[in-house]
Amino acid sequence: MKVTDKDVSYVADLSNVELTDSERVRMVRDLNSILGYIERLSELDTAKVPAMAQVSDRYGADQSKQGSERFAYASREDVREGLRASLPHAEAMANAPGSDATFFKVPKVIER
Amino acid sequence: MDLNSLTIDGARSAIASREVTATALAEAFYDKIAKEDGAIGAYLTLCKDRALAKAAAIDALAEKGEPLPPLAGVPVGIKDVLTTRGIRTTAGSKILENFIPPYTCTAVARLEEAGAVVLGKMNCDEFAMGSSNENSAYHPVRNPRDTSRVPGGSSGGSAAAVAAGTAIATLGTDTGGSIRQPASLCGVVGLKPTYGRVSRYGLIAFASSLDHIGPLTRSVKDAALVLRTMAGRDPMDSTSAELPVPDYVAELDKPVRGLRIGVAKEYFEEGLDAEVRSSVEAAIQALAGLGCEVVPVSLPHTAYAIPTYYIVATAEASSNLARFDGVRYGYRSKNAATLSDMYRRSRDQGFGAEVKRRIMLGTYALSAGYYDAYYLKAQQVRTLLTRDFDEAFKKVDVIAAPTSPTVAFRLGEKSNDPLAMYLADVYTVTANLAGIPGISLPCGENHEKLPIGLQLFGRHFDEATVLRVAHAYEQTRSAQSGVQ
Repeated sequence: MKVTDKDVSYVADLSNVELTDSERVRMVRDLNSILGYIERLSELDTAKVPAMAQVSDRYGADQSKQGSERFAYASREDVREGLRASLPHAEAMANAPGSDATFFKVPKVIER
Repeated sequence: MDLNSLTIDGARSAIASREVTATALAEAFYDKIAKEDGAIGAYLTLCKDRALAKAAAIDALAEKGEPLPPLAGVPVGIKDVLTTRGIRTTAGSKILENFIPPYTCTAVARLEEAGAVVLGKMNCDEFAMGSSNENSAYHPVRNPRDTSRVPGGSSGGSAAAVAAGTAIATLGTDTGGSIRQPASLCGVVGLKPTYGRVSRYGLIAFASSLDHIGPLTRSVKDAALVLRTMAGRDPMDSTSAELPVPDYVAELDKPVRGLRIGVAKEYFEEGLDAEVRSSVEAAIQALAGLGCEVVPVSLPHTAYAIPTYYIVATAEASSNLARFDGVRYGYRSKNAATLSDMYRRSRDQGFGAEVKRRIMLGTYALSAGYYDAYYLKAQQVRTLLTRDFDEAFKKVDVIAAPTSPTVAFRLGEKSNDPLAMYLADVYTVTANLAGIPGISLPCGENHEKLPIGLQLFGRHFDEATVLRVAHAYEQTRSAQSGVQ
């Protein structure tokens, strides 16, 4: 598989990354170099090998149970006294690059 | 007393016996940082007022003769991907240049509860993506042993500070070797615990199934002390394991005689520097001399670890880094006319080249038509790599290997070739994929006096044995060569 300039533009779009022309040229070269190396995975026959998404899937999970029940150990205990306090509003807004002190402000989304 | 070369125990007992105050100790480290860190660049942010207030609180305890917590007054540095309430946390990225976290990472909070004094935040590769620290958006870190060379990465600042004596211990993170490789290149100890051993709450995520937090220290005992302090279940991280935390320090002095040390030929093949090889082989012989049994093992899928890692890690990164959108925190590009433009320009201007490369690679691997060929395939090979270790650990207790194929390379040497840089992690990514613990500790120097690291892997949640073997080797080495 060879990554083309068109592929890079498509993936940049999916990633919400805007690339300059020179960045795009370099990205085509780098992705082809890295993916060329990654091709060696196809040497392995993995038809009967289960996929492993994470370590805790095999460690700590109760294999006799199904679905999310297997991870019961990982669920948070109920907070009996009620919900944990939320982040105070002012702190939640303190890092915002644009706000009116109540809400986050962003450029317009829909043309009127 | 040379305050800047104390170990954790040395610092704590000096404070307890009133030989030195925690305040004077912190001041001594800030003085050294002011004089010497300009040439190294290990720190991104200092928090002196806060540190001196913490130190004064420790001094007040010592004054009253009250028992001191285990890390009382110990000056530490924190990798800048770990959040610290009220202290700027950048992840080494321009996109978080002015980010002041509203909460503190659990691992850091536990160190502070144990009396540690946070001096500041350590430089690192942007979002922990890199093996040389050259991807920091601020400035590179230089290796204290030779400032023309890199300290390794991504926890380059954390390793360099311990090596330079500008912190007694630091926290790093390790997604593919980012604690162990810089520890090796700077000549310090670096420990990546088992997946689930230390909470990641407050770690700015890169690849959630591979990210770990661990210590960088001057000695194996210090690493055991820091791990003991941080480890254990945290309700804020559902992947933290509900398992008891052994007293890693108490276990250190148990005998190692009779333990089986595995040696896998796949870690000694083409690409390994000859001096690194002979130094690591000599270390394995030293372990045999302590009564350990050296057993050949095979980890046949090792050659597939780097391609597997760079699919899994980048796929997860492309998802994790979607949160940086210029809305709630972080950099926002000015003058974007629409929301979509704002997202795209903020991310293009805020992220560096390597971060964009990994987001792109990960998005490509997850995109329609390529998911099975890349992401699913990598997850299957991850199973094979993990089975390799399962099989090997039926025969042995610990596996010994080099940490890095080479000693510290020069700044600029690999920075234009991403694939060459990725291969620096060839011996470390396997432990992240399998989730097993791994440590790097100094085992020698090459002809240019550049440090070489020995890596030891253990079974899941068996840090105690890994630390015990590392400690035994460290004691033998210091007895033989007079090095500490």
